[in-house]
Amino acid sequence: MSDKKRHLLVMLASFFLLPFFFSLAEAAEQDIPKKFFVPPPPFTPGIFPCSQCHQGMPVNRKPRKLEQMHQDIVLKHMPDGWCFDCHNPDNRDKLRLANGKLVSFEESYYLCGQCHGTVFRDWKVGLHGKRTGMWNGEKQYLLCVHCHWPHEPVFKSIRPLPPPMKPSDIK
Amino acid sequence: MKREKNKRRELSLDRRTFLKGAALGLAGTALPLDKADASFWETFFQKHFREMNDTEIKKVLQRLEKEAEQKYKKAIKIGNEKAMPGVLFGYGLDLSRCIGCRRCVYACVDENNQSKDPQIHWITVLRFKKGEKFSDLEESEKYYNPPQVPEKEYFYMPVQCQQCENPPCVRSCPTQATWKDPDGIVVIDYNWCIGCRYCMAACPYGARHFNWSEPGRKPEEINPNTHYLGNRPRYKGVVEKCTFCIQRTRNGRYPACVEACPVGARKFGNLLDPNSEMRYLIEHKRVFRLKEALNTNPKFYYFFAYGR
Repeated sequence: MSDKKRHLLVMLASFFLLPFFFSLAEAAEQDIPKKFFVPPPPFTPGIFPCSQCHQGMPVNRKPRKLEQMHQDIVLKHMPDGWCFDCHNPDNRDKLRLANGKLVSFEESYYLCGQCHGTVFRDWKVGLHGKRTGMWNGEKQYLLCVHCHWPHEPVFKSIRPLPPPMKPSDIK
Repeated sequence: MKREKNKRRELSLDRRTFLKGAALGLAGTALPLDKADASFWETFFQKHFREMNDTEIKKVLQRLEKEAEQKYKKAIKIGNEKAMPGVLFGYGLDLSRCIGCRRCVYACVDENNQSKDPQIHWITVLRFKKGEKFSDLEESEKYYNPPQVPEKEYFYMPVQCQQCENPPCVRSCPTQATWKDPDGIVVIDYNWCIGCRYCMAACPYGARHFNWSEPGRKPEEINPNTHYLGNRPRYKGVVEKCTFCIQRTRNGRYPACVEACPVGARKFGNLLDPNSEMRYLIEHKRVFRLKEALNTNPKFYYFFAYGR
């Protein structure tokens, strides 16, 4: 086979294979489904939308101890953390990723996934966190914040249900 | 001559004929003729579950539903969903997440109509001290009762029926009242079980439980959605165990324990589906099965999602 012929063959092959490579790239993009079937975020009643209070309020970007509102929030998530690491100062009804992209509270998993990548990966395939619904159909996911309060994410200990009856207690 | 021979035959009762007659006579005295209604005789002559055709099974289910309704004064549906083709159920339990709260134990009792008095739990949660050998189940504690879980120095391992691919319980049953269905669930026919408890002795996981007396459960606590081979009302003197919530999973739903777990440590799916979460965890996580050396080949996978 001459060089010219071989050249032509490679060109032809790449012409036919090109759409395949594009579809591969597309598949990689679609790896993160745009929406997961999640229940609404567990807001404190009456607190959302945040803009109902924050609308028109001057934005103070300086890290400080909050004294008028939200005093109950003690941030125990990361050292030197601050509200605007996650909350968006300009539109309070959204969260902000590190790259400046805004996400809604319903998609807060993207925000958590920025640092907790391995857990996010497990969550997407259904390993981390609880799934309810159908094993062969529609599953209900939970948001990270349903189990981990974002300002102090350590899972709270709970009271166990009673132990089984001992054989000695059976009459 | 001929007559004489016949006469002799009438008189001399050979051993076989005698035994036949005796057996029939004894059966006659053993069966209480006063309650010989249709339902009683139908129960007595019920065929093995796997030898019945659909119409015969339907008849049996109708009879059992009627009996259950009389007993509990409420409508109870007894289903007979068959195994789906191309499905082999597998279960995953994340030991790095389980906090030992026993929510699964009681969700199982509510779903599967276990007796409350005497108490029967299909799931046992074992507690081990961290750093100790835990392949030896004898070292575990199942009556732990601290004010809060998880405790710092312990970890927890729930044990239930492991739905073995090579189940020793099935081989030990003298009446074939227990068998493995095509989707991998080991099931029991409570109408065929004679209560010899050989299967309980054969099971290396302590997963089978015996009804020592009439199951004690209030009618309002009965879950009316049942399956013939699963959570239908049981009798005194039969063995029962976890069936992966056959009445739910054969309709596509997750088992009750999966949905009850507050930390999401319990996973369930189809082992034959390459995209299922079960396949993902087997391929990507550290996995082990309980007492693997016994060659029971369980479909219950313990894994560690956290820390690799």
